[in-house]
Amino acid sequence: MGGASLTVALAGNPNSGKTTIFNNITGSRQHVGNYAGVTVERREGSCRYQGKNLMVVDLPGTYSLTAYSLDEVVARNFIVDEKPDIIVNILDAANLERNLYLAVQLLELERPVVLALNMADMAEKAGIQINDKLLGEKLGCPVVRTVGSKKQGMEDLLQTAVAQGEAQDKKTFNINYGEQIETAISELVSALSSVQSLKYPKRWLAVKLLENDKEVLNAFSDNTECQSLVAHVEGLRRNLAGVLGEEPELAIASIRYGFVADVYGEAVNAGLGSESTSDKIDSILTNRLLGLPIFFGLMWLLFNMVFTVGAYPQGWLEEGVTLLGEWVGQHMAEGDLRSLVVDGIIGGVGGVIVFLPNILLLFLGISILEDSGYMARAAFVMDRIMRTVGLHGKSFIPLLIGFGCSVPAIMGARTLENRNDRMVTILVSPLMSCSARLPVYTLLIAAFFSAESAGSVLFSIYVLGIALAILMAFVFRKTLFPGAAEPFVMELPPYHMPTARGIMMHMWERSMLYLRKAGTIILAVSILVWFLTNYPAEVEYSKDFGQLTAQVETTFDENVKNSILAPLSLEKLEDNEILASMVASIQAVEEEYNTASEEAGEDTAMLAALDTEKEVKLQEIEASNPELYTFAQQYIGFETAKEDEIGALEQDQASEKLAGSYAGQFGHFIEPAIRPLGFDWKIGVGLFAGFTAKEVLVSTIGTIYSIGDADETSSDLKSALLADPHFTPLVAYALMAFVLIYSPCLAAIAVIKRETNSWKWAAFSTVYTTTLAWVVAFAIYQIGTFLGY
Amino acid sequence: MSKTLSQLLPGEFGIVKKVNGGGAVTRRIVDMGVIAGTRIEVKKYAPLGDPIEVKLKGFNMSLRKSEADLIEVEPA
Repeated sequence: MGGASLTVALAGNPNSGKTTIFNNITGSRQHVGNYAGVTVERREGSCRYQGKNLMVVDLPGTYSLTAYSLDEVVARNFIVDEKPDIIVNILDAANLERNLYLAVQLLELERPVVLALNMADMAEKAGIQINDKLLGEKLGCPVVRTVGSKKQGMEDLLQTAVAQGEAQDKKTFNINYGEQIETAISELVSALSSVQSLKYPKRWLAVKLLENDKEVLNAFSDNTECQSLVAHVEGLRRNLAGVLGEEPELAIASIRYGFVADVYGEAVNAGLGSESTSDKIDSILTNRLLGLPIFFGLMWLLFNMVFTVGAYPQGWLEEGVTLLGEWVGQHMAEGDLRSLVVDGIIGGVGGVIVFLPNILLLFLGISILEDSGYMARAAFVMDRIMRTVGLHGKSFIPLLIGFGCSVPAIMGARTLENRNDRMVTILVSPLMSCSARLPVYTLLIAAFFSAESAGSVLFSIYVLGIALAILMAFVFRKTLFPGAAEPFVMELPPYHMPTARGIMMHMWERSMLYLRKAGTIILAVSILVWFLTNYPAEVEYSKDFGQLTAQVETTFDENVKNSILAPLSLEKLEDNEILASMVASIQAVEEEYNTASEEAGEDTAMLAALDTEKEVKLQEIEASNPELYTFAQQYIGFETAKEDEIGALEQDQASEKLAGSYAGQFGHFIEPAIRPLGFDWKIGVGLFAGFTAKEVLVSTIGTIYSIGDADETSSDLKSALLADPHFTPLVAYALMAFVLIYSPCLAAIAVIKRETNSWKWAAFSTVYTTTLAWVVAFAIYQIGTFLGY
Repeated sequence: MSKTLSQLLPGEFGIVKKVNGGGAVTRRIVDMGVIAGTRIEVKKYAPLGDPIEVKLKGFNMSLRKSEADLIEVEPA
């Protein structure tokens, strides 16, 4: 692209409609990343206007530009370090006084600013009259009106921004801070005039130093040219505090607000404030009696939308992936490559996209809650409860979602602005027992516990997860993320009707982030785990499976020959057409019966009816030729026996292959470490495979116990577990606890990496949960053994 | 007679006299426009009695009681 290019920074308060304007300007040409070294999200987009390329950066929404909040530091550093050609400050016109406070601080940075009075329609409706011209004159910058939700004023905004950006007239903007403070400022400015290595405007630095700004002070202590100044500043601050009767930073903020109040008073006629519609809605939604029930009702809806509604598209996706796998399987020659494509790649892709419906629906819900203004109320209502464990009111939503799936839960934690709150929530949310762990519990409970105690056992596992989450949140708060809780001082914005476009953009953006960042990791590790469970390809088998299979075939051929073909004087079965078709008919009846009875499940009346139907059909066939029917049944008996034996051999081989694979070797290797928990190497292999997704543990254990295609309802697997003397109810319970707690699944780890922007935290979450799982399972097994269970 | 903001009941007004304390919380309160002379109304308490919702300068804000304790007001 040719033409000049300009950088535009969008700044503004939270809830000023900044993101809507950003979406209007850039459309789909946006990109979400992180600011270097921090977890603050950086949104960038581009657009062409009048032959120029505009690079638009959506700065974090902030109320101020202090050093107390990471968002605020990021915003002001961007303005100073990257020197955007123009800063567009989006202001909520209906709430102008507080919004102007940030505008004034932006102006103090001495970069060109354009003010956009957004939601101008709402302000008008509320009877607020703003004199744009006077406002612009007072502040020395252009003012435009916009209505982001209706895309009004965008042309005007861009034109003004481009003109201002090209003119680059940096007017100095000064607030008079009063005699005492101004004297101190002048003193510092002249002290700074000899320093060359400064990127910030000197007056701004002087004010920040007097405000005791930690960022600036730290930068000064590191800079040899400025170290001497730090003591000077301390003296000035002490003096001022004495004269002013309060901390200089509070005095400065008050004077700034005083300046804003003067400008506001002159340029704005606020009209008479009356009870707004928003206040009326609020009196119901955060009502003392109704507030909590409404909140829990909405959470129930959200949870059901994400998981119950999401289960349908999830099922279709799973089916599609299975069909694709089968189709590819049929069209490729058997071998390692096919196994890689079908089990490794297609399986891995399936593991990635299967979460997509949940993520889309969760962010649909979250966008509606956030854009409507309810999210702030949810935090308001829940704060008292969540605070007792050191979390924020908004942490409740990700933790609740964790019961469905940790992946969207961790992504949902981004509604928390404060890093400490977000990190603690991310780290503990995998302890909420997700639905993928349920098949493991179902299998073990059905095998080892009575039907009466099943519910209590399952419930106790969920409670264990919640208790540990509370405990760990408390511990992390005290150790890893100490310090005062984030102030809960925040705006409760007026309720809004969310726009479809805003919601769509939000859902799209989250899903793409998930697919691009987390998806690639999940896919890569899935392939790695496929490799570890399938290689080395040649393991030493205890028996020669090829020969044994051949032997079974031979026995079958001999049986058929001696008992059927010889008495009937046939060369092969097909030589007698009646017999051959009879065999086919009986097989058809059996197959039909098997399919139907599987569908009938445990419906005994239905099963009885099916039995009768089958008998009738078989009798019909028998009646057509009783003599041949005996032979036909005999043939089918031989064939079934052959298939059973070969199936058993294949399962034994698969079991030995897995035992000999790298994963199997790993299971043996870690056996000493997990023996104190009552686990043997077979469980070790299952736990290793369960790392990709916890439900995989069931099918892996199935393979090890030589049961093909096991799922949690498989009665073969249940009896195999019961038959294993190693497995007792106590071991089963310790295993359930271990599965609940140990390492988040691969997809969750990938999302933790993406959301914390750090491999360190992803690794930490794996290590701490696995350690905790070991300790808890150890305690359960050892205490249980001691008590004689 | 001055009170703290946390002592006002829903529906009561106060004029801010001073914000006490120091550090991040105090600074955030001041940055939201709670400065001497500001008229502030307590709208309601959350269902569990904390935090509280106040109205000032035409917008609604929530803050915890421990934070409202820092704000000295003259009941109006």
